[in-house]
Amino acid sequence: MSFINLKDKVIQVKIVYYGPGRGGKTTNLEYINRRFRKQIQSEMVSLKTHGDRTLFFDFLPFDMGQIKGFDLKIQLYTVPGQIKYNATRKLVLRGVDGVVFVADTQQQMRGKNIGSLNQLHENLAALKESIFRIPLVMQYNKIDLRKQGIPVLPTNLLEQDLNSKLKVPSFEASALTGYNVPETLKKIISSTVMSIQRKLS
Amino acid sequence: MNYGVVSQEQLEKMDEILTEKLIKIGVDCVVIIDMAGNIITAKDNDKNKYDIYSFAALAAGNFATVDAMAKLVGEQEFSLLFHKGTDCNIHFSKVDDELLLISMFGKEISLGYLRLNVAETIEAIRKLWA
Repeated sequence: MSFINLKDKVIQVKIVYYGPGRGGKTTNLEYINRRFRKQIQSEMVSLKTHGDRTLFFDFLPFDMGQIKGFDLKIQLYTVPGQIKYNATRKLVLRGVDGVVFVADTQQQMRGKNIGSLNQLHENLAALKESIFRIPLVMQYNKIDLRKQGIPVLPTNLLEQDLNSKLKVPSFEASALTGYNVPETLKKIISSTVMSIQRKLS
Repeated sequence: MNYGVVSQEQLEKMDEILTEKLIKIGVDCVVIIDMAGNIITAKDNDKNKYDIYSFAALAAGNFATVDAMAKLVGEQEFSLLFHKGTDCNIHFSKVDDELLLISMFGKEISLGYLRLNVAETIEAIRKLWA
């Protein structure tokens, strides 16, 4: 749930990058951290294992300027993607305002993408949220692998697997090169802010 | 309790309570956050500056983790959470199901005295929503 401070005129918004393990959630935040360094006042926080896997979450606070006289502070989080860490994912999802689902387009990841999205649905339901109501953006990541001849899932199949019922905005992207990473971010921020405005009015 | 939008008056009163009960006794910094990691308000003694946004995210995660551990061993909650350092200590206390009060303080304040003042602070803050 977003928090609005009427005294200091600040709106805090929580956006969570969700998806299967090794899908590129942390890489998305790392790219944003590098590219938008000027708007980020503090260091990115990463709680990871020795093997460089996200253990708890990554956290990146981000200033988005003003809307209607309020300073907009976006808080970006990732969840750990590995299956065994679902308890942690639930903790990070608490109070979420918007979600980016980072799917891995490698062919062998098809089942894991679907499983992860189903679990997001369940985890949101446990928090009395709905995957059909919460602002959500799909990102089909690692699309750059196509150029290297590595088999990736065609986008229409990903749309059919993951987005046929949800019908949310989606982007082909490469978190590594930054392709469509800012576009994904802009889309989720605008959907989330619009949803907060609707709740307030 | 609807804390999603806190009125200016409530925030000002909260700041007054925090300054009066905690900053004046020598606490370096006090932050009220929600369980999602948002900062509701923060006060400090103008000497110690912390990155409170990252702090809030980590503190909410930390508290949620300890809460989950409590449930695993059959406890409802661990109501006292305290980290002791050489120069700085951190004390966590639940205000209610949604809010946490975190105090950062040095070695000149005893834990007992701090806890007493934190309890009074929480009592006063709860009354703001009563």
